[in-house]
This record gives sequence, structure tokens and C-alpha cells, in this order.
Amino acid sequence: MAAYLIRRLLVSALILLGVSFITFVLLYVLPADPVRQIAGRSATAETVENIRRELGLDRPFLIQYGRYLAGLVQGDLGRSYLQKTEVAELIASRLPATLLLMLGAIAAELALGLTLGIVAALKRGTMLDQTLMMTSFVTVSAPQFVVGLLLLYVFAVKLGWFPIGGYGSFAHLVLPALTLGILGSGWYSRMMRSSMIEVLRADYVRTARAKGLGRARVVLGHALPNAILPIIAMIGIDIGIFMGGIVVVESVFGWPGIGQLAWQAIQRVDIPIIMGVTLVSAFAIVLGNLLADLVAPLIDPRIKLK
Amino acid sequence: MTPAAGIMQSRSGAAPAPEDAAVLSVRGLCVSVRTEAGLRPLVRDLSFSLRRGETLCIAGESGSGKSITSLAIMGLLPPPAVRVTGGSIRLHDTELTALPEARMRGIRGERVAMIFQEPMTSLNPVMTIGTQLAEAIRAHAQVGRAEARSRALAALRAVRLSQPERRMGQYPHELSGGMRQRVMIAMALALRPEVLIADEPTTALDVTVQREVLDLLRDLQRDTGMAIILITHDMGVVAEMADRVIVMRNGSMVEEAPVERLFSDPQADYTRDLLAAVPRMGQGAGRPAVADAPVARLSDVVVRFPLKGGLLGRTTHHVHAVEQVSFDIRRGETFALVGESGCGKSTIAKAMVGLVPHQGRIEVAGETLSAVDPGGMKQLRRRIQMVFQDPMAALDPRMTVGDQIAEPLVIHGIGDAAGRRARAADLMQRVGLTADQLARYPHEFSGGQRQRICIARALALQPDLIIADESVSALDVSVQARVLELLRTLQKEFGIAFLFISHDMAVVENISDRVAVMYLGQIVEMGTRAQIFGNPQHSYTRRLIQAVPVPDPGHRRPPGVRPTGDVPSPVHPAGSGPARVRLVDRGAGHMVAVED
Repeated sequence: MAAYLIRRLLVSALILLGVSFITFVLLYVLPADPVRQIAGRSATAETVENIRRELGLDRPFLIQYGRYLAGLVQGDLGRSYLQKTEVAELIASRLPATLLLMLGAIAAELALGLTLGIVAALKRGTMLDQTLMMTSFVTVSAPQFVVGLLLLYVFAVKLGWFPIGGYGSFAHLVLPALTLGILGSGWYSRMMRSSMIEVLRADYVRTARAKGLGRARVVLGHALPNAILPIIAMIGIDIGIFMGGIVVVESVFGWPGIGQLAWQAIQRVDIPIIMGVTLVSAFAIVLGNLLADLVAPLIDPRIKLK
Repeated sequence: MTPAAGIMQSRSGAAPAPEDAAVLSVRGLCVSVRTEAGLRPLVRDLSFSLRRGETLCIAGESGSGKSITSLAIMGLLPPPAVRVTGGSIRLHDTELTALPEARMRGIRGERVAMIFQEPMTSLNPVMTIGTQLAEAIRAHAQVGRAEARSRALAALRAVRLSQPERRMGQYPHELSGGMRQRVMIAMALALRPEVLIADEPTTALDVTVQREVLDLLRDLQRDTGMAIILITHDMGVVAEMADRVIVMRNGSMVEEAPVERLFSDPQADYTRDLLAAVPRMGQGAGRPAVADAPVARLSDVVVRFPLKGGLLGRTTHHVHAVEQVSFDIRRGETFALVGESGCGKSTIAKAMVGLVPHQGRIEVAGETLSAVDPGGMKQLRRRIQMVFQDPMAALDPRMTVGDQIAEPLVIHGIGDAAGRRARAADLMQRVGLTADQLARYPHEFSGGQRQRICIARALALQPDLIIADESVSALDVSVQARVLELLRTLQKEFGIAFLFISHDMAVVENISDRVAVMYLGQIVEMGTRAQIFGNPQHSYTRRLIQAVPVPDPGHRRPPGVRPTGDVPSPVHPAGSGPARVRLVDRGAGHMVAVED
């Protein structure tokens, strides 16, 4: 177990190294010039060159990347070009909001997706099943900004049940978490449905019924733990998909998380912030997958971590 | 009292119980499935009754409706398509077909219990054995957790499972197939049901394990007086277990008779055919050994699979699947490898066609497998073809059988399209099918026909050797008999050698010229068919032969043969291995392992 963890963490470090390199290359070859952004339109060529030298952006690529890495291993993500603040501080101040949103979204999509998936599997082939699956198809296909705006319009503007935007209370969380969660719930309900249908056909479910167990016990006690196994791996992968959605949803709802930070940084070519947010997101994805792999053997004793 | 005496007593049936003492009575039962073409009957007008302490066997081939009957009794027919459309099933005075689900639940497991064919998949993989047992008890008895656990433990002891306390905390995957089937039996019998329905309970088990499970069922029946409905396709099991037998075909009862009369004086033509098709030991006709050059020769072949562990993923253990195996297969002969699951017989087949890496020497047609280049390997593959156990899985469902039979010719660039079509048509006829079926897909054929198609495909390249890995094991006996006959005919016609891999001693005895018995990756005995079956020398060979159920109710097994179930593990730490078995010639090429 300890050996497994150490190996996985080493592999994770390698993945983050790869992500940092690829992102750095992409930002380096980008035609947009960060120095122009900092200096402003009216700056002289001399000023521009001075700033470039000051930031070390005149050095060869490998040296720039080497410096960045050297800082990174000491936990230094660099300074924002425009805000002149430590990137680590910027991210740290906004990360809790994003984590909260992500937890809310995962809770929403699991609660919705798993329940609907189980119901559809149990009512397989009926009108209810077909309706649920049609709905899931719509939610999977709908763009998040549309879903977000729709929810805002109906529940915040028209009904006034929730605040229109901002951050601070549970009521603020509901709509953005639902926007993210509804998309995911479509995937989960479809996966859960097919997984559940397969498990309900299994011999051990027949055995459970032959013992004289009640329907609830058969479905929740015997079928569900087996059906949920493939879903767990999915949650790990899901965090990556969330990261994309969070940029959109945080903008729509004015949620002060790292998605908004990234969005602003991209518009201003603030490279240290883009790098920092990318690395933190990559770390979250790696960590999510590791957690999923650690949880799986708790449910399925056949899985051994080696 | 020996178990054998136990059966004899129950057979001569102390007092023939009066009809009204029936525990379970089925009258005019009809079960149908709803299809697009309307209701299709699966069971038609079936009537029988079951008395206390009696074993009733329902025998029949696939599709005969025997399993559907048992599910109907349990109220477990797959809804909504399959349902009871007529007749009655009464447990004492309770009509089961009209019972609401809530009340049926109280009967399932408590008064009528069931065990299934597949012990490997019939237990929930994510729950411990103890939890699954205790749950069955608590579903019916108003007892606390501790009481349920102690009753569960008692049930495990009753099925003679080793280390019952430890098993309670284990998961199904940590137990062998035989042990899992014992757990299933313990679970079914924990509440002392009046009726036990056993649906092919030993079909998926090795013969020595089958023997133990059958003995166990009989002993438990004697102790508890429960009635058993035993559903089986195996007439050997019928002969050993049944008091009365029902033979079913296509959903209808063909014959009902006490077991002795069924075997000695079968009334229906179908029963006679069924009994005639059953492979019996002592009927094989071995041929004189052929002195030809071998088509394949294995010398000291070893196959080991590494198990990795630790921080650096180093190999810590090896599975010693095949250890120092040597034999040769001569032109035109049938060489059989027999042994129980995990003994390495299929691994040898895989090594011979290059699907798993091996050490030692495998020669095919004079060429050493490990020494040929990829081009030479492709040529060698023409010499060996394989026929597998499950023909449905071995055929591509989206490709016509004609294309599949011709595909080996395409791969090896033999002939043109018209020539290949003609060859495929010819092969279809050779295996007893017709050329106009070439354009059909695998699902349009029966199991036996599909296996014939696989054989035709194997024949396409005119190989020297066909490896038949459990090729007839999944087939009904009547179909099996015809496929075996086909193999014999083809062998005579083309002079092909067969490597026949099987767990079924009776089939092996019928078809093989020479036999090698494998145990834990090594050959423990090898010789002609007559030597192995007429004069078995090694204790394991004897155990295997004696464990086979004999399709003759008058047959008495030699007493005291209680094979000890689970085979030791072939996994050894890296650097060590199993002790090598030494074979000695006991005369006329009869090689036997020295036992201590």
C-alpha cells in the first residue's frame, strides 16, 4: 500500500512536469505579446524592451522554463505581470470558492444522476425510462452558459428564490452548482442505468432474490454497490471536465473562483497566472483520479493496489 | 453407514408415502414467453409431485424447459416477458402461482430454497460470505446479528467447509468453485427448507469436487428429510442421485419413471436415444499405436507467469502453469490431455500455437517454435489449428459463416475468390452442413452446428494437427456424440492428429488413442487409452476415474473413496518451484509418476 502510494505520487509529479512543459511551450509560441499588454499602447520601444528584460522574457526558451521550474519546486508560482501579486496568493484566495462550487456540483450530479439512473434501470423499457433518458440526452447536449442563464432567469429573476449572483451563502451556491451538476447528471444517469441493468441480470442478484430478500434490499444492498464501481472511476475523470465548465459558470454567476481568475488572465496574457491555474487544475485532476483509485478497493475487495 | 448404503436405503424407499403426503405438487403447469410473434410456450402441461425425503431428477437437454420449471416454482421467472400461463404449483396447501410477491418472499429461502449452476457468479463479490449467509437467515428468522452469525457458522460447518470461522470474513473470490458451491448450499439449507431445487449444481465443477458436492447433498438430505429437485443434463448424476426421474424435451415431459426402470427399460424413443448418446467409460476402441514421425513434439516445456509486487514492480512470485512437460503427438492419432481446472492443459495448447511464451522445446513438423522467424511462424500456424469450447464466442457474429470458413485461406493467400468459395462449400458438406447455409450468420445455427462450422474453419488449411480445447464440453450429449463421430470420420479421411483437451474422462476414454493425465502443471501418468483406463497406476488418475458418475443406477462406487477437494496452489515465490515429478516406464510405454 505504501509502495503503491509512493509510486503513484512519483508518477503524479511526472504528469505535472509534463503539463507544465506543454503549457509553457504553448504560451511561448503564442502570437500575443504579454509585454505589450503590460506596457500599454502608447509605450516606447525602449520601455517595452526594458520591461521585457526585467521579466526575463528576452532570454532563450529553455532558460525561461528552467527558471520557472526552479521556482516551482520551491513552491513559487511567480508574480502576476499586471497585478504584481504572488500568483500563489491569488490562487489561494480564490481556491476555496472553486472547491466549494466543485463539491456542490459533484453532490448535485451524483444525487441527480445516480437516482435517475437507478429509477430508469428499474423501470426499463417504460415511458418513464424513455422520458428520463431523453432528458439526460438534452442535459448532456445543452451548453452550460445556456443552462446557467436559463436557471438564472427562471429561479433568480422570475421566481426570486435564489440570488442572481455572488458568493457567500448556501443560496448563492445552488444555481451555479446545479448548472455544472445538470450536465454531469446526464452522463451519470446513462452510465448508472446501463451498469445497473447489467448488474440486475447477474447471478448473485437472482441468488439474493432466491433467499427471500425484499426488493429494496436486493436493489440497494446487492445491486447498487456492484453497479457503482464503474462510476467511481468516472468521478476521478470528471474533475477534468469540471475545470472547463467552471470557467464558464463562474463568469455567468460572478463566482469569485479560479475560473474567473484564469479567464481574466487569458485575456491579458498574464502568463504566470495562466501557468499557475493550469498546474493547480492538473493537480486536482491527478489527485481526483488517485482518490478514485484509493476508494475503489474499499467497495470492491477484488481490487488490489499494487 | 456409508453414503452408498444410504442411497440404497432411500431408494428402496422405506414406506412409499401416500400421494397426499406430497410436499410439492405441480399440475398442468404451462409457462410461456411473450415474443413479437405472440406467446411461445416454454413448458407445456407439466405435472409431477414431490414427496418428503425424495430426490426427483429432471433431466433433459438445453431448451427442454427444466430450468424454467424450477424458476417458476421459485416465482423467479424473468418478468415481464416470461410467466406462468396455466396450471398450479402447490406447496402443501399453498397455491404458489397465485401468491402475492410479499408472501412469496416469505417462502423463498425459508421453505423452498435453490442453488444454481454457476458458483463463481452466484455469490455477491463485494459482500463477505458471513454477511451473505447471515442476511439469508435474518430475512426469515427474527434473530439478532450475533445469533444469525452463529447460525451461519453452523451452516458452514454442516457443509463441511474447512476453517469455517475464517471463511465468514472472506469474500467469494478468495474461495475455489467447490468451496463457493458449498457456501451456496449452506445458504440454501441454513433455514432447513422442505424443498431444495438444485439447478445443475455440479456442472461447472471438476469431477472430484462434483463427487464431494453430490455426497454432501445426499448426506444432508438423509439428516434433514428435505425433498430435492435435481436438474441436470448428466445421466451419470441422474443414476447416482435420483429416486425418480422426469425426462423433458422441448418443454414437455417425455417420460417419468423410477430411476432403475428408466435406465433398464426406457419407454420413450427420446429417452432411449438420450441414454445411448451418453459417453460411458469402457466403450472406447483404442487403435494400435502409429509408428509414424510425430507431428508435434514437446520436450521439457515450461510456462510460468510472473506476479509482480513491491515498489519497483519486481517479480516476487511465479505461477507455475506448466512444468517440464514432454510428449509427442503422432500423425493421425488422438492424444488427450486430461486434468482438472488449473492443471495447465489449456496453457500447453496456447504455448503450442505461440500465444504464451514458453521455455523448453516445442517442435511442430520438425521445426522448433522458438527458433523460427515471423514468416516461418505464419507457415507453422497452417499446420496447427484450434477449435475452442464456446463456438458462439469463437465465431464473429457479424460475418457470414462462409467468409469465416474462407478467412484462413485469405490470410495465407491461398486460391482466388471463386476457389475459396468452392472450398468453403466443400468443407461445409464435410462437416454435415449444406453449401446454401454459407451466406448465413452464426446466430442462425444451433450450438452443435456452430461447433461444426468451427471445425470446418480449422480444416480449411488442411492442418496436420487440430487442438480441440474442451470442444465438446458445452454441447448436449446427443450433439456431443455426433460431433465426436464427425471428428473420428475426419481423422480417418484426412489423417489429422488431434490434441484433445478435456476434463471429461468418459469423452476422453471414447475418443483418444493415448492419454496424459495432468496435475498442477505436470504430467503424472501417460500411456495408451487401455493402459490409463484399464490399469491406472497413479493415485490421482484413479481418483479422477472413480469420481466420474456412472450412468447406471445399479453401479456401486468402491467405498472409502473420498477425494480431498482443493488442489494446492501453483504459485511459488521467485527462485523456488514445485518438486519435479519423475516418470517411470511401467512397461510398454506406460509412464507413471513416482509417488512417495
